[in-house]
Amino acid sequence: MAPSTVVDVEELLESVMDPELSEISIRDLGILRGVRDEDGVMVVTVTPTYSGCPAMGQIADDIAEVLEGADVAYELRTVLDPVWTTDWMSEKAKRSLRKWGIAAPASVGKVERITCPQCGEKDTEVLSIFGSTACKAMNRCLSCLEPFESFKAI
Amino acid sequence: MSARGEVALDSMSMKYALGLADDCLVLAQRLGGYVSFAPELEIDMAVSNIALDLLGQARGFYGYCSVLDSEGRSEDDFAMLRDSSEFRNHLLLEQPNTDFAYLIARQFLFDVFQKELFERLSRSRDTELAAVAKKGMREADYHLDFSQSWVLRLGDGTPESRERMQAAIHALWPFTGALFQPEEALGAGIDPASLEEPWRKVVAATLEVATLEIPVDLPQDQGGRDGRESPYRAEMIEEMQEVQRAHPGLEW
Repeated sequence: MAPSTVVDVEELLESVMDPELSEISIRDLGILRGVRDEDGVMVVTVTPTYSGCPAMGQIADDIAEVLEGADVAYELRTVLDPVWTTDWMSEKAKRSLRKWGIAAPASVGKVERITCPQCGEKDTEVLSIFGSTACKAMNRCLSCLEPFESFKAI
Repeated sequence: MSARGEVALDSMSMKYALGLADDCLVLAQRLGGYVSFAPELEIDMAVSNIALDLLGQARGFYGYCSVLDSEGRSEDDFAMLRDSSEFRNHLLLEQPNTDFAYLIARQFLFDVFQKELFERLSRSRDTELAAVAKKGMREADYHLDFSQSWVLRLGDGTPESRERMQAAIHALWPFTGALFQPEEALGAGIDPASLEEPWRKVVAATLEVATLEIPVDLPQDQGGRDGRESPYRAEMIEEMQEVQRAHPGLEW
């Protein structure tokens, strides 16, 4: 039987991962904002991390594959407001990021040093606020001297 | 409101949003053309990231235009199938990447403007415009951090870097007056004149710390939103649209 409740659809979407971080789900990143049942059509709402995030196309395709594969009637909506913030990332997502060598973001509005994902020291500096993707910055650890990326607080 | 009144309001809001969209797209395209020419790898990445944010903001505004458009044009139609004379961007944004100082001057003069604009637009009664602005606000903060830090570094740098930064500010200054000219169609948008004073304050303070002169009494070019274009626009738009014109409807 086709999944028919909001909870069923939410469970199905647990398997949709970020295209660049294959262990972190779009739900844990805060990109998946919710599922709602509107007269039998499941309305899935997503929001981009940064305005021009090129992963949104892939994420839409991945959602389509999972839901169409399970015969779910759905509609995908992209919303900008409320604006995505790194504060929406789950603790699980932050732990996984560190495992991938990417530092978790500082809390928005707080001035704090970013912790090095390699050695765990806080003696780090920002090299560039623009990194390999729209959502990351480049940093260097002054303790272990390794360069590393961090999710930038927004 | 009568149906006719609604159509008129929609067309006014669309015209306003189209100007904002074109500003973002044209600057994104200019920045894209600079990638791989930057003096450092980190600057290449910064420039491409800023271009990407602007492209995303452009898509937000074009998407809204597409909802309002009586002809039902899509985001892509607006970007790829209009002639360069139909673009409504400010002339500042289509000025060429003459050198790194020009790129930074253009970016800085625009970033200060965009940050002020987005802060006010994020509180607009038009919730669609407000959403794009809210999303873009913090991006604009990051862009301004970058461009402002380079204005300071180049201005208060070596004699050569100072001279080139000053030349770029002078060359682009005549295109800044148009940013604050009244919009023909404003809708729920922000009156450009209200942005001038806060813009001038930040720009003047930055140039002063950078030991650069604030241009005075330079004649101002008033083109842009009214469709007048500089000689540089047509070439840039033609290059941007080339593939879509040669192979209509082509997708990646």
